[in-house]
Amino acid sequence: MDFYLTALLQGLCFSALALGIYISMKIFNIPDITTDGSYTLGGVVTAILLTHHQPGYIILPAVILAGGLAGALTGIIHTKLKINALLAGILVMTALYSVNLSLMGRSNLPLINVSSLFSVITISADPNHNTFWILAIFVIIITGIIGYMLKTDFGIAMRATGNSESMIRSLGVNTDRMKIIGLALANALTAVSGYLISQFQGFTDISMGIGVVIVGLGSVIIAETLINWFRITTVWLSLMLVLAGAVIFQLVLAVTLDIGVDANLLKLMTAAFVLVIVSLPRIMLRAK
Amino acid sequence: MIHLQNLNKTFNPGKANQVNAVNGVSLAIKQGEFVVIVGANGSGKTTLLDMVAGSVFPTLGNILVDDEDVTDLPDYRRSRWIARVFQNPVSGTASDLSILDNFRLAAMRTRPKGLSIGINDDFKKQVKEKINTLGMGLENKIDQPMGTLSGGQRQALTLLMSVMDSCKILLLDEPTAALDPRSADLVMRTADKLIKDYQLTAILITHNLKDAYNYGSRLILMGEGLIVKDIDAANKFTLKQNDLFDWFG
Repeated sequence: MDFYLTALLQGLCFSALALGIYISMKIFNIPDITTDGSYTLGGVVTAILLTHHQPGYIILPAVILAGGLAGALTGIIHTKLKINALLAGILVMTALYSVNLSLMGRSNLPLINVSSLFSVITISADPNHNTFWILAIFVIIITGIIGYMLKTDFGIAMRATGNSESMIRSLGVNTDRMKIIGLALANALTAVSGYLISQFQGFTDISMGIGVVIVGLGSVIIAETLINWFRITTVWLSLMLVLAGAVIFQLVLAVTLDIGVDANLLKLMTAAFVLVIVSLPRIMLRAK
Repeated sequence: MIHLQNLNKTFNPGKANQVNAVNGVSLAIKQGEFVVIVGANGSGKTTLLDMVAGSVFPTLGNILVDDEDVTDLPDYRRSRWIARVFQNPVSGTASDLSILDNFRLAAMRTRPKGLSIGINDDFKKQVKEKINTLGMGLENKIDQPMGTLSGGQRQALTLLMSVMDSCKILLLDEPTAALDPRSADLVMRTADKLIKDYQLTAILITHNLKDAYNYGSRLILMGEGLIVKDIDAANKFTLKQNDLFDWFG
């Protein structure tokens, strides 16, 4: 049972990343894979500041800023230099590997005996419940902020940018600037996932971000399948389903581990699982 | 209102596929004038309109709007004066957004889109009243995604969206090209009514010679990137429909 609780908690940690991928992929229609780098960057910044005993109100803004800068860089390369978004993301992600390594000075930084988010705040005596409630509140606040933002005039302009660029430009929006802001926001959220996971697992590792983009993609695709299934058009419900997608994704991975699949094959299982969800709607359509 | 001074546009200069789309067009359009531009494919009329809108920059020449030089302003900064209806209904509206969201953005065309929620009951009422004037029964569907509507409905709504915020110039780039004859007629009549009601300065590009004959206060024929004929209101009145067909004969 512990297995599934851990999966649930991990799913909550990854929901910020899933929201980030939802923004870049679904709202802006940009395939952004800066994710692997900005996620690790979030973890690295967290680890460095925690081991230097910096207060929490500095760490989280620093993580958001770092992730935002990484995303903005991808955005600037993509819009100003007119480079394909995938390539721009790969470039920044690759460069971030070195940045992360030199920031940490080594490949792994343990966070044992430092006061993390989960040890500072006490809501419940049981550590697992405590972690759950902290994460739940954290995720609700983030989703609330993103949901509100998407309902504002700025948010509508954001959604229109990925939908009809000619239209939104003729309505007075600088789409280049909008995309840079969007990618900054997406990667800031991704970095927040790195921040949560590092503290949750108690260490930051240089390779923790490898393939993490697939976690976000998988979560968003699960959400999208549900969104299409139930014909959902409201922003709030869509965001809720993205959160659900992140948790479902982790639970499915927990099941595969539970039934005795070799942990070394986890990435293969992840890729196979995402392939199944992506192709499922089409396979079912053909069966009809 | 609009002054075009010796506008030139060359695509791919110096290469094998060089195209001289517009070759020195000078034009003064007065406030309230409704200019219709006709011409064969490749005559440079769409490039000319794109230069006025700011989505294409001229190789040479200047563009003045309201006596202000806007030659170097990108399209999103000319939205202060200019509203646009595209040939493809998909270009002028955001399919996945609701009708209401589309109208909200249009209502903020000349202003920055800030971090406050602008859609409230007042705004909804205002949009419903506007849409009601079309008589298409769309006023009760404002929460539907724009993509669920037909091309004709979308073009008609795009026209309405252009007058949601202060608008001086309306650019219509073959707005009826993708529509069936009945929808096309409705869209053209809506456009004509709005231009008159709001005293807009308008430029219409069309391949439909009947529309060119029926609408507008000034008619321009373009060919090879130049103005071939420029017929003002008084002379357009005496023009016969067959004369137009003869130009293309």
